[in-house]
Amino acid sequence: MSAIPQIEAVNDFVIKFANVNGSGSASANELFAKAILRMGVPVSPRNIFPSNIQGLPTWYEVRVTEQGHLGRRGGTDMMVAMNPQTWDADLAELEPGGYLFYDSTRPLPPSKFRSDIRVIGMPLTEICNAVYQDPRQRQLFKNIVYVGALAILLGIEPEVVEKLFGEQYKGKEKLLASNVQALHLGCDFARENLREPVGLQVRRADRVGNRIFVDGNSAAALGCVYGGATVAAWYPITPSSSVAEAFQKYCTKFRVDPSTGQHRFAIVQAEDELASIGMVVGAGWNGARAFTATSGPGISLMTEFIGLAYFAEIPVTLINVQRGGPSTGMPTRTQQADILCCAYASHGDTKHVLLFPQDPHECFEHAAAALDLADRLQTPVFLMTDLDIGMNQRLCEPFAWDDSAAYDRGKVMSAEELEAGRDFGRYKDVDGDGIPWRTLPGTHPTKGSYFTRGTTRDAYARYSERGPDYIYNMERLLKKFATAATLVPQPVLRPAAEKTDLGVIYFGSTSPSMHEALETLEEQGIHLDALRLRAFPFPDSVVQFLAQHRQVFVVEQNRDAQMRSLLINELDADPARLIRVLHFDGTPITARFIVQAISTHVQQTQALRAAGTKESA
Amino acid sequence: MTYLAKPRLRHPTLATNKVGYTRRDYEGKISTLCAGCGHDSISAAIIEACWELDIEPHRVAKLSGIGCSSKTPDYFLGASHGFNTVHGRMPSVLTGANLANRDLLYLGVSGDGDSASIGLGQFAHAMRRGVRMAYIVENNGVYGLTKGQFSATADQGSKSKKGVVNTDNPLDLVAMALQLGASYVGRGFSGNKEQLVPLIKGAISHGGSAFIDVISPCVAFNNHPGSTKSYDYVREHNEAVSRIDFISGREEITVDLGPGEVMDVRQHDGTVLRLRSLHPDYNPGDRYAAMAYMQRHHEMGEVVTGLLYVDPLATDLHTALNTSDRPLNALGPAQLCPGAQALERLNNSLR
Repeated sequence: MSAIPQIEAVNDFVIKFANVNGSGSASANELFAKAILRMGVPVSPRNIFPSNIQGLPTWYEVRVTEQGHLGRRGGTDMMVAMNPQTWDADLAELEPGGYLFYDSTRPLPPSKFRSDIRVIGMPLTEICNAVYQDPRQRQLFKNIVYVGALAILLGIEPEVVEKLFGEQYKGKEKLLASNVQALHLGCDFARENLREPVGLQVRRADRVGNRIFVDGNSAAALGCVYGGATVAAWYPITPSSSVAEAFQKYCTKFRVDPSTGQHRFAIVQAEDELASIGMVVGAGWNGARAFTATSGPGISLMTEFIGLAYFAEIPVTLINVQRGGPSTGMPTRTQQADILCCAYASHGDTKHVLLFPQDPHECFEHAAAALDLADRLQTPVFLMTDLDIGMNQRLCEPFAWDDSAAYDRGKVMSAEELEAGRDFGRYKDVDGDGIPWRTLPGTHPTKGSYFTRGTTRDAYARYSERGPDYIYNMERLLKKFATAATLVPQPVLRPAAEKTDLGVIYFGSTSPSMHEALETLEEQGIHLDALRLRAFPFPDSVVQFLAQHRQVFVVEQNRDAQMRSLLINELDADPARLIRVLHFDGTPITARFIVQAISTHVQQTQALRAAGTKESA
Repeated sequence: MTYLAKPRLRHPTLATNKVGYTRRDYEGKISTLCAGCGHDSISAAIIEACWELDIEPHRVAKLSGIGCSSKTPDYFLGASHGFNTVHGRMPSVLTGANLANRDLLYLGVSGDGDSASIGLGQFAHAMRRGVRMAYIVENNGVYGLTKGQFSATADQGSKSKKGVVNTDNPLDLVAMALQLGASYVGRGFSGNKEQLVPLIKGAISHGGSAFIDVISPCVAFNNHPGSTKSYDYVREHNEAVSRIDFISGREEITVDLGPGEVMDVRQHDGTVLRLRSLHPDYNPGDRYAAMAYMQRHHEMGEVVTGLLYVDPLATDLHTALNTSDRPLNALGPAQLCPGAQALERLNNSLR
């Protein structure tokens, strides 16, 4: 065995668990990741799961990364192969010199292994069958037993895992005791039988800081609580359902009047996506902050209402947790492929505000900001997250809130203002920013009422099909969109260490892989100024960035380069200067992929230029 | 849907109600529907009902879908906020509006094309949720705006103006409302204002989801001999189960008692529905009997009208959700935002 070269790494490796959906492995694997985190070593885990309740393969990949690279790296250093169905593929995925950990209860022929890896067998089924009688316990505790064994092999302190159990099963002593027992079964077996040292090691570090470990859907829901959303209407769809469920959880925690027990929120699981957005439109029209959470197919169903909300100018917040499309596509995989369909949702000339958070921290911030923006702009605002941020726990900056901040309720005319004789034209641009004033139903006995409709009207909301009235309205909406560009979260520039005429544009969940890729590219001598987009419409700084660079890579997770199309369409950017870097197999983009794509392109361009220089010489 | 407002001239001696408004104050813009359209009579009945109930017009939110019927909210309660939403999806918008501000009165106006076809699902779910509103369907069995196609409520065997015979079974929204759990269900006829006004008053005062299907003949496309939704047909085949009086809780009860049995149904808000049964065997408190009665009479070619079912103690979605008495749209950061300290505790739990 020792003759095989093996990967040696401390606090910097990728371990992947191959399990069967429904076997109860998810919580054990999460426990494993969290234990490493508690030892001060950053981790970046990802659930890779099928669109299925039980029986199909599922994976949990943990990147242990003292450097804090939170994107996917690509490749696997250790495979915990618990699923015979995927054995061959799992084995093939291992890096040379990597480690295969498997249940050796039933012996496998040598042909089932590779010669360039190290194999660690542990009779998990046999151990569990000997200790537990109940079939479910035998299954569930198998997962805890392998966590125990891995802890010993990799240098994770069992006490840390025990402490996590203590927190998880507080007040449930029986469960606590049985889990701790299973953990020790694994630890003891590994100490006694798996003596050969493993080259992958976890060592205590101090690299986590005060960061938190949370998923984007919970974070977005919390942002809606802090941002003052009181009405949520939704329809279950992967990967967004946990947004509404988390909103319910946080509202129950924070929004129940202690004296009366009454709820300061209303959550409706609607009959479908059409009704969900309809309720949000109704609530927004009537002055409550309201949101829905959905994914691509839900957006398709909602587009008619989105058009109405755009044209009738009603605040609406949509959280779109993107998944693989088109159609039902890959329901449990990640993509950034709803950009164009959201930017221009509905028929006729429409444009919508999109926000692109990079991690749970920004999901929180941007969700609250989306509610403010929707009220300020009286229009739909989309929070464009994706499965990768939404459903995976991510290490990120802690949530922050300024208690002195007031909600921006936008231009709502009060009864007093109406009484004082202020001119009220529902669709009149009195302030020159394209944003009209509105009144809420029930405000004043005789003034300020108006009729809301999806048909065209004049500045006083009176039905009108006159061309000039229509054009006034449509151009005002464009002006409002230009105003939006000044209010949305602005792009973040990350300049290269050296002056360069190459740029890269990226956004959303691509962020951590992009940052790692930039470092690697820099080591290879490829310098890029990087601009992280955080919103559409594009602020002026995006125009400047494009103007300042000879070539700009646009990195995105879809087939058709949708963000690139949006840049070309909205900014008249020169297509020849925008280079596509596209990843769309449904897995989160990796740093390796980005590095490969950009460096190949740069080398080819250099080669071409060199050849051109020779010719011209 | 017109931008022509009615002239504001009014007779100086026009009577005012208890909140100081004349009937004129409950009117809206000039109707652009065909002369004789049943929908205009329904608008007039709504105006009458709101005036008589002493409702401040601006405390009503009126919402509709798309179609001839859905245009009508522009023709009554001009001082109210109105919302002409999308085809068939008024119920969800109204639900959201209602959740945002429980203090207003919600009037949902729809048509048979709107509610029985594209909006059937939303109609059903609003009824089953118990959204507090008066949901009125102006039912003429035909698509007027697109010139005369059958709607889903057109009776099997009835003829279009062009002579086409309808072969599909009709949907009966009243039967569905009963089955779905609406707690106030009635059917009216636009040609019978005496019956319709108290029916609407009862619906507006009801504490849960109230549904009224109003047969409202389309003079342009569905008022001919082959139609079962024409003025003549409904007049000839109308089977009224009860005569209804609506008595405001604040008023002394002084109405005349007519012949037949009298039943006082006291609602949550103190108002009283006084039903004079025209059929001794009809009991408006029995949901299932009402369904059977309706279906039996439908088979006989009769249109049963009146208050068909009421649960006077019905509650609404807000009760089910235990929502705060103070409208959600009136709550500010002090009531809604847990604050920085709570967030710090939450951060700690995520480390």
